[in-house]
Amino acid sequence: MAHIKLDNDLPGIRGLMAYRPEMAEPLNALAEVLLRDDNNTLTRGERELIGTYVSYLNDCFFCQNVHGALAGHYLQCDIEQIDGIKQDFRSAGADLSPKMKALLSIAESVQKGGKQVTTAQIETAKTAGATDIEIHDTVLIAASFCMFNRYVDGLGTWAPQDRQFYIERAPRRAEEGYQSSVYK
Amino acid sequence: MPHINLSNDFPGIRSLFVYRPETAAPLNALVQALLHNPLPSLSAGERELIATYTSSLNTCFYCTNIHGAIAQHQLGNDAETVKQVLINPETAPISNKLKALLKIAAKVQSGGKNVTSADVEFARSEGATDIEIHDAVLIAAAFCMYNRYVDGLATWQPDNDELYDKMGEQRAREGYLTPPLKVSEMALTDSK
Repeated sequence: MAHIKLDNDLPGIRGLMAYRPEMAEPLNALAEVLLRDDNNTLTRGERELIGTYVSYLNDCFFCQNVHGALAGHYLQCDIEQIDGIKQDFRSAGADLSPKMKALLSIAESVQKGGKQVTTAQIETAKTAGATDIEIHDTVLIAASFCMFNRYVDGLGTWAPQDRQFYIERAPRRAEEGYQSSVYK
Repeated sequence: MPHINLSNDFPGIRSLFVYRPETAAPLNALVQALLHNPLPSLSAGERELIATYTSSLNTCFYCTNIHGAIAQHQLGNDAETVKQVLINPETAPISNKLKALLKIAAKVQSGGKNVTSADVEFARSEGATDIEIHDAVLIAAAFCMYNRYVDGLATWQPDNDELYDKMGEQRAREGYLTPPLKVSEMALTDSK
């Protein structure tokens, strides 16, 4: 049960957005530009992967499943592969490019704290071909999930435990984006 | 030195807004809604104190200083209250309700699941409504994002009280949707 009376039974962040729509609007606009805008050299799948990875590190069940299912949908891989990457992306082999491994390493540091990102990690990413914008977006995506995860767990929202629920919803979310009927 | 090529005309998060306006828009819309617009909830000064306190727990110099300055101006130029909150909220000249909400903010900062129903019940017993509890959690969560963004890209964070005071006064008055001035255009008496 959530820590406050939401007057709806929507799961995770959706229940919070229905409760407080004036905050939902900018939060959804942020998710939309960060994760779904195609004017980006990182693919949607790569960006969702950063989101699910940070959510895994923050141990947020709802967020890592929503975004893990979306990553799987875009990258056309199953949930076991996504889980494998989250548990140990460094051993992912050919599944992940050196650039993505470098960016996930940066995301891992951001999750601990902004100052944990080292110049060595930045250099490794640049050597692997990451642009300044890609590094910027990786940091901001990781940082934003440190917000979303705390919001969802900090208010004690509920989450469906069957992972199939998230897998089934992913194509529709991919199609509709984050700004329409997220909390419906 | 910043990790990416940022303008040195703007400090902290401003350099990032100038660098990437597409993400600046929703980030500013969020902080405008969270901290500046009138809410059926906490005052702007109280909300800025939650933001400043969270930023100090995350040891983000820029964010602590700018939101400390905005808080000061939202509280009728009360620098002392801001200072006391950063030293120890429990002994600061603020309401018991705000003290309880700052405890929740500290829990959020350490991790969402660290907020317990006891923390929430305590805040309620000190007069916090559900909306106020919601907003305290979201402000603390949002600043865990902003602080990581500002430090994660190693932005320039000047040590200049006058600069933060001028920026803070502007933001308290205008909100977060007006463009920032370049530091070089701000007529500071002591530029570092």
